Amino acid sequence: MNEFSFRPREWLQRLAAPIDAVLLGFLALLLGYALLLMTSASPERLNNQLINIAVALVAMRVAAQVPPQRLMHLALPLYVGGVLLLVAVALFGDVSKGARRWLNLGFMRIQPSEIMKIAMPLMLAWYFQKHESMLRLRDWLVAMVILLLPVALIVRQPDLGTAILVLAAGFFVIFLAGLSWKVLIALCVGGLASLPFAWTMLHDYQRQRVLTLLDPEVDPLGRGFHIIQSTIAVGSGGILGKGWGNGTQTHLEFLPERHTDFIFAVLSEEFGLLGNSFLLVLYALIIGRGLMIAANAPTLFSRLLAGSITLIFFTYAFVNMGMVSGILPVVGVPLPFVSYGGTALVTLFLGVGILMSIHKHRMLVQK
Amino acid sequence: MMRPAEFRNPEQELDRFQRRLAVAGGFVLFAFFLLFARFFWLQVVQHEHFQTRAEDNRISLVPTVPNRGVIADRNGIVLARNYSAYTLEITPGKVADLEAVIGELGGIIDIQPKDHKRFRKLLDESKNFESLPIRTRLTDEEVARFIAQRFRFPGVEIKARLFRQYPLGELASHALGHIGRVNDRDLALIERNGAEDNYRGTVHFGKTGLEQKYEFELHGQAGFEQVEVDAGGRAVRVLARTAPVSGNNLILTLDTKLQQVVEKAFGKRRGALVAIEPSTGGILALVSMPGYDPNLFVDGISPPDWETLNTSEDKPMVNRALNGAYPPGSTFKPFMALAALELGKRTPQQAISDPGFFTFGGHTFRDDKKGGHGMVDMYKSIVQSCDTYYYVLANDMGIDAISGFMRKLGFGSRTGIDIEGESEGVLPSQEWKKKRFRKPEQQKWYAGETVSIGIGQGYNAYTPIQLAQATAIIANGGVIYRPHLVKHIENIGTGERTLVEPLPLQTLSFKPASIATIRQAMVGVNKEGTGARAFAGAEYVSAGKTGTAQVYSLKGAKYEAGKVQERLRDHALFIAYAPAEQPTIALAVLVENGGFGAQSAAPIARQVLDYYLLGKLPKSAAPEDAEAVEDE
Repeated sequence: MNEFSFRPREWLQRLAAPIDAVLLGFLALLLGYALLLMTSASPERLNNQLINIAVALVAMRVAAQVPPQRLMHLALPLYVGGVLLLVAVALFGDVSKGARRWLNLGFMRIQPSEIMKIAMPLMLAWYFQKHESMLRLRDWLVAMVILLLPVALIVRQPDLGTAILVLAAGFFVIFLAGLSWKVLIALCVGGLASLPFAWTMLHDYQRQRVLTLLDPEVDPLGRGFHIIQSTIAVGSGGILGKGWGNGTQTHLEFLPERHTDFIFAVLSEEFGLLGNSFLLVLYALIIGRGLMIAANAPTLFSRLLAGSITLIFFTYAFVNMGMVSGILPVVGVPLPFVSYGGTALVTLFLGVGILMSIHKHRMLVQK
Repeated sequence: MMRPAEFRNPEQELDRFQRRLAVAGGFVLFAFFLLFARFFWLQVVQHEHFQTRAEDNRISLVPTVPNRGVIADRNGIVLARNYSAYTLEITPGKVADLEAVIGELGGIIDIQPKDHKRFRKLLDESKNFESLPIRTRLTDEEVARFIAQRFRFPGVEIKARLFRQYPLGELASHALGHIGRVNDRDLALIERNGAEDNYRGTVHFGKTGLEQKYEFELHGQAGFEQVEVDAGGRAVRVLARTAPVSGNNLILTLDTKLQQVVEKAFGKRRGALVAIEPSTGGILALVSMPGYDPNLFVDGISPPDWETLNTSEDKPMVNRALNGAYPPGSTFKPFMALAALELGKRTPQQAISDPGFFTFGGHTFRDDKKGGHGMVDMYKSIVQSCDTYYYVLANDMGIDAISGFMRKLGFGSRTGIDIEGESEGVLPSQEWKKKRFRKPEQQKWYAGETVSIGIGQGYNAYTPIQLAQATAIIANGGVIYRPHLVKHIENIGTGERTLVEPLPLQTLSFKPASIATIRQAMVGVNKEGTGARAFAGAEYVSAGKTGTAQVYSLKGAKYEAGKVQERLRDHALFIAYAPAEQPTIALAVLVENGGFGAQSAAPIARQVLDYYLLGKLPKSAAPEDAEAVEDE
């Protein structure tokens, strides 16, 4: 074999080897849909978003290349590093818009909480794999600590959106690992009971968001404005929508953040219930494919990881759509694969890459 | 590779995991169904509601304020018009820290403390979402400077607005009145007239005078623009437009030049003059001195200006011609004489011997002339203004006969001039007194009180316009027209003119001989009587009557004008009409604290008639005739 000869077909084959065509196919449809929306909502950002997608696809390809066993070795260092960075943020982080979320490394600024979205499921999946079959009460408690420590740090920043995603990612691992229903129910009851306490822990602005959700008309031009206007955008879209580029709420600047967190309102306004349903179906297909990959995964680690990552996609989608349509409070969660922004996209595609890697390596053990 | 632990049951493990995964999958489907249900609720069930709200968001109906009608005099001289200017306006509801914003604006645009105070006052009077002017009449340079920086000032805007302007300033201010910003009372009136829609963009409203009376004629029909707006309320484009229809113009009966002559003739004196065209009732001049500049009110008067106008001893805001009620003094005598003739109480030839006083019920009523006028018939009683003749006459007639007759001439009732808020004055009668007083002993009319009524004193109090109107009735031989200021209302769209009031209200059927006697005596006043000095050398024949109204009663002592404080001096009155045979003008003059009528009121009337009949312009204010006396 000539190492230096260039054979395009073989080269392409090698490039495509770890890729799951089904998953990528669904994602391609979703990305196409997203770009169509972006062209209406914010055409001047289209080029940037294309670059973001390209970078994210590279990240996906790299992640897909890494076998799950290698990922296991990354789990502990990534998690510990992430927690240390979160502590560093709390101590030396840059404050922007009233929140301390960024760490300035001199040449670039990073948001360590973003790392946690991947590091958390990795760490917990690794932990359960290590203690497989000998899970005792102690292990569940340790898992809880692993989960809650970084979540607490992120809540403190404050960044409720990311905290919810990280919490969900960890919770899914614990749930899939088989925490008993009794404990789960107890946790739920305990959680509900501690709500009044949590309420006092929330920042004023966070409390306002919840109150606003309950009754946006209290302050229609202030805090209720986003919720009211995005609900109007969704409702006025009707069944078929106002047509691409014809959303008055979108184009007359009634919608805040219309290219990022509120892009779903643009979709609802311009493509209506039909367009929304199409999006739901696409997400369902992607999530379905992810769950299938998890079901067929060979090791506990890869099962838990794949399941958790897939359910994270769901969490993103559900929280975002729920917030835009006015059934969940406004938290900073983007619409996965659709909202503008490079960081979230790279994180999401890293997750996709890991799913693909798990899928490609599903036969190893069975062989 | 990891090896499974010995005691592990892989099948069971996997089974449990897959069950958990199925639960998760089920939850995902349930959650998505929940979302779908929510979308269905918003987009199908509630669609129409949100559709409307999106349209309401998007489309704003912006009223375009119509041009207010112009007011011009009978010769087309413009008295009130509009001009367009830029104003800098703030919507307080959209601004968090008003003071800070005004401070910053001060850095770009000159904002005087006066502007600031006026803005504060407007703020107190208006609602939060109204846009209020902080500065008016911006220069082009100031507009450009603000536009360049307006991104810094949300809630602050430059607006092109039409402003009312009264180009002749104080002239005829009491007739024209003024406009001011719409207040709650105006809003209530607008609502009563069902005109809310038409007034949606209107910020000004007629407050006094003709501007108030003819508000709904002058205002016009608002136009509307359907504008697509963005979330910041900025207009993106106009979708549809209905043009406004300008308000109607008012063409007055007023003669601006005559009005000017009158105001000049008054000089610094306070008082009022009303001149009426007897053949139509049209007001030729309506003067109340001092006047004020109505331009000050157009955009909300500044507190210092208001303070000055309001606290002035001269009370420039009071329309004396319509709201000042004064005893008519001897100008009442011709009307008393007419009553005597008409009611058969006297013949022109019947004479009395005047000792210089009249005693009734132990009280002595004095005549101004010591020793009396000797033998006095009706002609002499008017020409020389003999008090004793009227003391006796009034006593013979009785109060109810007097008041019954005077009411027909319009004394004690509103003339119905087209300006709001006219006073009634006081026409004393037994009935009036019963209503006026509480205590039974005060409610009774005493016969002695009738005596001074005869010479226009006592409870008598009439407005200058009532006096002018009564004079016009005499000049007109008993035909009554409603006094009015507006001659035509002109629709500038169609050019159509609607004539106001061409018909007589009522004709009092006086005996021609009675009228002739009175008119002859009034001509005598200006020829050989109390008005003769003022009308010496006049090139026309005029009729008049002097009068003096007591402000302050000096019990028993002899009144000497020079020794009494200026404000306590008598009011001077004069009524006149001319030319005597075919009168074209009838007037009443009142000079507050002017002393005798012949002294300061008659010279004003002379200048006015000289101008109106001969076109002579006075060189200076009418002179005071220090030598004139009430009785010769």
